[in-house]
Amino acid sequence: MVRRIELPVSAEAVRNLKIGEEIEIYGRVITARDMGHKYLVENDAKWIEPYLNGGMIYHCGPVMVNRKGAWRAISAGPTTSIREEPYQAKVITKYGVRGVIGKGGMGADTLAACRRHGCVYLHAIGGAAVAIASTIVDIEDVFMLDEFGMPEAFWVMRVEGFKTVVTMDAHGTSLHDQVTGKSRTALSRLLAKS
Amino acid sequence: MGKQLQSIFVELIRRASSDLPADIEAALRKARRQEIAGSPARSAIDMVLRNVELARETSAPLCQDTGTNLWYVRYPSGTDELRLREAIVEATREATHKAYLRPNAVDSITNQNSGDNVGILAPVVHFEQWEKKDIRADLLLKGGGSENVSIQFSLPHRPLSAGRDLHGVRKVVLDGIWQAQGKGCAPGIIGVGIGGDRMTSFQVAKEQLFRLLDDRNPDLQLRALEKRLFEEANLLTIGPMGFGGKTTVLGVKIGHAHRLPACYFVSIAYGCWAVRRASVVIKKGAGPRYGQVPLLAEPYLKR
Repeated sequence: MVRRIELPVSAEAVRNLKIGEEIEIYGRVITARDMGHKYLVENDAKWIEPYLNGGMIYHCGPVMVNRKGAWRAISAGPTTSIREEPYQAKVITKYGVRGVIGKGGMGADTLAACRRHGCVYLHAIGGAAVAIASTIVDIEDVFMLDEFGMPEAFWVMRVEGFKTVVTMDAHGTSLHDQVTGKSRTALSRLLAKS
Repeated sequence: MGKQLQSIFVELIRRASSDLPADIEAALRKARRQEIAGSPARSAIDMVLRNVELARETSAPLCQDTGTNLWYVRYPSGTDELRLREAIVEATREATHKAYLRPNAVDSITNQNSGDNVGILAPVVHFEQWEKKDIRADLLLKGGGSENVSIQFSLPHRPLSAGRDLHGVRKVVLDGIWQAQGKGCAPGIIGVGIGGDRMTSFQVAKEQLFRLLDDRNPDLQLRALEKRLFEEANLLTIGPMGFGGKTTVLGVKIGHAHRLPACYFVSIAYGCWAVRRASVVIKKGAGPRYGQVPLLAEPYLKR
């Protein structure tokens, strides 16, 4: 069963989500990746608070086209999230983020911050960039485009039916830890063979 | 001729960026059938396949990370190589402007994005003269997520008890695939390079990604190892996107180069499911012939 989440969302609603659940997101998300996360930790970015409080960050560097002054996303899949591990827990705490969307999963600090503050990690489908772009119905704004460039800028997107899977929940459970553990056992078995 | 070459290369980039090679799509369809209905693994492959169709229909980049653009160009004697390079560079600019490519070249010192995919060693172009009368270009687009999980081992590798033979190679390749988990957009396509210096070793590994998934390695020992590693990697249960499942890799391809007595490198070029490759043959007096079958891989294996 696919569950529907409307943004902004409360901590209570987020705490109901479990790993392995498929989620469709409706509402406004904002992209941030490497330069963005460093910036958010090093600066007090008041302007971003309305977007992040109760909202979700999307790890994504989209391909955008501008026709007659209006931006449109044509290819916008997730980027690898683990690079933001040094920053993510601080960003969740400082700005009241309820969800982080990306790919590949994140580490122990992010998982702990998710549990403390009521936040989840949602895994989008890596490489499914055109299918995801087709659920982005509007680009409301962009920040730091000149400073960071197209992939690294903060893009404010309205999404309808953005499909993801919960892989880290707000109770300290990570599907990534489970898969890593299980595959480590499988690897040991294989390595024991000649 | 310069403008004409440029437009041929723009079309090559469009095809590489938006049209997943048929052999990879077929492997994904096969993988889909192996995953349990209703599982996140099956849903992930469903979405990937829908994406492949959408990208093809709309000429949009099938992944927003249009990657490192790696070109191999072969040309006959008497060709002006500088003019070829200029056509590739201008085609790269034009393709970025047309949004077939994301602006993806960042100055490593200033962190400024060049905005047009042109920069120091960007795009990466290898030229080689050959005996034939045609010009041939093969293009590979490989994204950064998969590049980040690529890895190189130096054998002997004590933690895995991996010695300097194909048994040792098998062990480190399995470990490399395990370390990558789902982070390189599994199911992956694994290019392995044995031997060479550190740079050449990775080059050989990456060139394997030009090969078709269902081709046959002419070296019987390597053919057997490719098959074994393909089957064993899929027992790791990492699955599509690392969600858990039966499909961890779509293929394992191994090449080799001579090495120094002191060195034994094994390089793993992890390719995401969206390894994008396209080729074009330009005959004098005839139109360009585009394809996805990399003529390049075969002679490179043997050189």
